[in-house]
Amino acid sequence: MIDKFLFLFFAVLMIGSAIMMVTRRNIVHSAVYLITTLLATAGIFLQLKAEFLFVVQIILYVGGIMVLFIFVIMLVNLDVAIRMVQFSRQGFVAGILALVLAVQIFLALWIGRAGLPAPAIHAMPPKNTEAVAEALFQHYMLPFEIASILLLVAMIGAVVMAKRRV
Amino acid sequence: MSHLIPPAIAPFVVPVICGIVLVAVFPLLAGYIVLLERKLMADMQARLGPMRVGPHGLLQPIADAFKLLIKEDIIPQGADKFMFYVAPLISVTMALVAFSAMPFGPVFQIADLNVGLLFIVAVGSLGIYGIVLGGWSSNSHYSLIGALRSAAQLVSYETAAGLALVSALLLAGSLSMKDIVQAQADQGVWFIFVVPIGFFIYFVSSIAETNRAPFDLPEAESELVAGYMTEYSGFRWALYFLAEYANMVIVAGIATTLFLGGWLRPFPGNHQHLIGTPFELLDALPSLLFLGVALYCLSLVPRQPVQVQKLFMAGVAGACVLLAAVMALTLFPPFDAAREGVHGAFWFMAKVGGYVYTFLWVRFTFPRYRFDQLMRLGWRFLIPLALVNVLVVSASIVVQQNWEWKHPVVSTVVTTAIMLAVAFWLAEEGAKPEPAPQPADGE
Repeated sequence: MIDKFLFLFFAVLMIGSAIMMVTRRNIVHSAVYLITTLLATAGIFLQLKAEFLFVVQIILYVGGIMVLFIFVIMLVNLDVAIRMVQFSRQGFVAGILALVLAVQIFLALWIGRAGLPAPAIHAMPPKNTEAVAEALFQHYMLPFEIASILLLVAMIGAVVMAKRRV
Repeated sequence: MSHLIPPAIAPFVVPVICGIVLVAVFPLLAGYIVLLERKLMADMQARLGPMRVGPHGLLQPIADAFKLLIKEDIIPQGADKFMFYVAPLISVTMALVAFSAMPFGPVFQIADLNVGLLFIVAVGSLGIYGIVLGGWSSNSHYSLIGALRSAAQLVSYETAAGLALVSALLLAGSLSMKDIVQAQADQGVWFIFVVPIGFFIYFVSSIAETNRAPFDLPEAESELVAGYMTEYSGFRWALYFLAEYANMVIVAGIATTLFLGGWLRPFPGNHQHLIGTPFELLDALPSLLFLGVALYCLSLVPRQPVQVQKLFMAGVAGACVLLAAVMALTLFPPFDAAREGVHGAFWFMAKVGGYVYTFLWVRFTFPRYRFDQLMRLGWRFLIPLALVNVLVVSASIVVQQNWEWKHPVVSTVVTTAIMLAVAFWLAEEGAKPEPAPQPADGE
């Protein structure tokens, strides 16, 4: 009962703020709505008793990436961006694409509906952090390390490019 | 008494009471930290500080709060009204929410989360939005620059602080605040003595994260008027202040839990008895301390100029005697259950107080950094040092666990020596002049 209520609350919050995010003209408001979307996602993680994911979602996306987003938004010239009227006549194309995507998702759900009822959540699942660590550092060690190296390469590349410009 | 509460809400009773106490008491506490700060600053500058409101200015925080409540609430022209209104609330709410996982003692904790430490760090870092959005919505350049500086500073120093915490977490082996303290009790040592460099890194980063001097660039008076809160007045401004002091207590709480043994008593192995009594000296220490304060207050009573102030000073002494009595009462066997809670809370608050005191001390001792110096210190010194620290500490743990080579003192000395060498090398590198000084472009 309370689980369902929490899920609905976070889901409505998430979708509502996602819609607000794409419709705001003011880019800082958009960013704030994106933050609430991410927070609501974190809330759904918590409702699923995945507290480690919940905290990491907040630390990484809300506390780290979004702060940088806002930082960059404030560094570029805001006043011009707010007053600019955007004449991008691509609404029609975007609408069609969104429709296709919606049909796709609906089809996927329809085909896989047999597997949809989620397995019951244990009242007290095993420790979440340890489970994540085990998955990442034992079962999927190699892919995880490869992904890290990829990110490291991207980071070094960004630093090198930024250096060259100065 | 417990049978009066229906079982459906029983698990929520203690957390709700703890929460209400925290939210009700904390603003008062923050007010008195401000008073302490002013008194301390006055002392270091050979002044008296606030003396008018109440004896020795003891009622100053209440007068200040009242003044701020009845001040005019100004919203600047062209401000983003909604954001301007909400921003201080974000800061305060996040700071107070972070307290929910803070273990003020073995009993007084709202929720012992499995990921408690990460939760506090995560929620604490959300407070930055209050600062950034407040600075942006004020429609003022000073505010915006203050907000930008604050964001850059927080992102830079959060990395170093997080890595410093990792070095202690490796020793504790848990993210739950309670388990971290328990690990220190089991190993019989506070982690500050195992990873002193980690504590140092966290200490410096936590000053930067809470925007305190010497890293208070977001509110540098000489350059930015008051930084992100330039345009705020009245109670909204007070909310920012409350958030700042709440953040100080939060970082102090994290440091206390991870490095200073949380609610644990110092010298657990010392069973020296208070002469002539069956109580251990260190258990009786809190009572003696409060009694001492009470006596000092009583000695000040005759020197108060007005009758009211005399009465008030005597009242303060009475309150101290009461606290001493409570502390002493829990030493007797019938109150064994309460002893851990009361004494744990005392030691936790004492350590938090010591940490906050050091913050204030640092503030009055060091001049403010320049922004590029701040960034260089963060990125070129603290973050590399923290990275090496994590490596060295984990290496020493692996050696001790896998090779059955258990000499904790030796390994601590060795790791600390290595870390000090690295620190000096980094400092030396950092002191070298830049190869090609870049032109100053804006910020």
